[in-house]
Amino acid sequence: MEAVSNTKSVITVGDKPEGYEGAGFLATSLEKVVGLARKNSIWPLPFATSCCGIEFMATMGAHYDLGRFGSERLSFSPRQADLLMVMGTIAKKMGPILRQVYEQMAEPRWVLSVGACACSGGIFDTYSVLQGIDRIIPVDVYVPGCPPRPEQIIDGVMKIQHLVETESLRRRDSEEYKVMLNKYGIE
Amino acid sequence: MEVPEQEKLVNTLKEKYEDEILHIETPYNFLTIVLRKEKIIEIIKFLYDHPDTKFQYLTSLAAVHYPDLKQIVVVYQLHNLVNNHRVRLKISLSEENAVTQTLTPVFAAANWMERETYDFYGVIFEGHPNLQRILNVEEMTIFPMRKEYPLEDQTREDKNDSMFGRNLEQNAK
Repeated sequence: MEAVSNTKSVITVGDKPEGYEGAGFLATSLEKVVGLARKNSIWPLPFATSCCGIEFMATMGAHYDLGRFGSERLSFSPRQADLLMVMGTIAKKMGPILRQVYEQMAEPRWVLSVGACACSGGIFDTYSVLQGIDRIIPVDVYVPGCPPRPEQIIDGVMKIQHLVETESLRRRDSEEYKVMLNKYGIE
Repeated sequence: MEVPEQEKLVNTLKEKYEDEILHIETPYNFLTIVLRKEKIIEIIKFLYDHPDTKFQYLTSLAAVHYPDLKQIVVVYQLHNLVNNHRVRLKISLSEENAVTQTLTPVFAAANWMERETYDFYGVIFEGHPNLQRILNVEEMTIFPMRKEYPLEDQTREDKNDSMFGRNLEQNAK
């Protein structure tokens, strides 16, 4: 008796990187392999300050589950994290602390700015709120919203994944990158 | 607080401190007493100890800036937990010389409340054990809640004033 199922099971498998394939092996470039490995195991550092932090908690929960993307292990130690997720309002008093956390992260590191307050100060255009974390640290992906829904945060993480996958292995040693860091005053 | 109890409180206060009371009003039935600033700590301690009043909980200590009157008014809100009575005491200080005594010997809670009042209005509390900024950045030189300082961050270049209902020519007048 055949089992009848009403749901169409559509399982998609990620794209294979280009390379030379044979029986039981695939030869490809190191960059592609490293990119693939890194993108599926990003360990985030959740720098959650306000309401966006709550949306992040929902994203990590079972319903939306960021763990599916490899971010199962959160780390509050900057040394062991790849992705700094800044979620919430950053006051000017918090700025130097955020900068210190960013500086302590080991290369390669990415920054995801979640929510209107982290991207640009949000509705808090005041004397005490930092008008966007990109005034003090370089940001890779911005997720707008107040707060962004978990689906939007996941979309931001997927864009980070794309950046991670396609990044050149030599990027962090390049002159361009150093110049960019110097603009923020980071050596 | 019902009106007879309010009057009882005012009479208890008038026994010793009649000269210090400047004005009594009851906005929304909340007894508010405006006093002279010299003996305010004594008066609060009197209200703390007196068996008929026993205001032994400091609900809040804050300041208000009236630039037209050139005054900074410090507002103390006290609460009697036993009988559930509340009272508001106000003293007024001048803008240029906003100095008064600290309330920390009477209420320990006044410590941080006075630091916040100093941080935002520049009111100096003499005798305070640690009068430093508490919420703002330590290097800040202004007192942000005073009316002459704008709310907005001044380093933004992209905000179009006309879209926020502000007209620069009108403001410059």
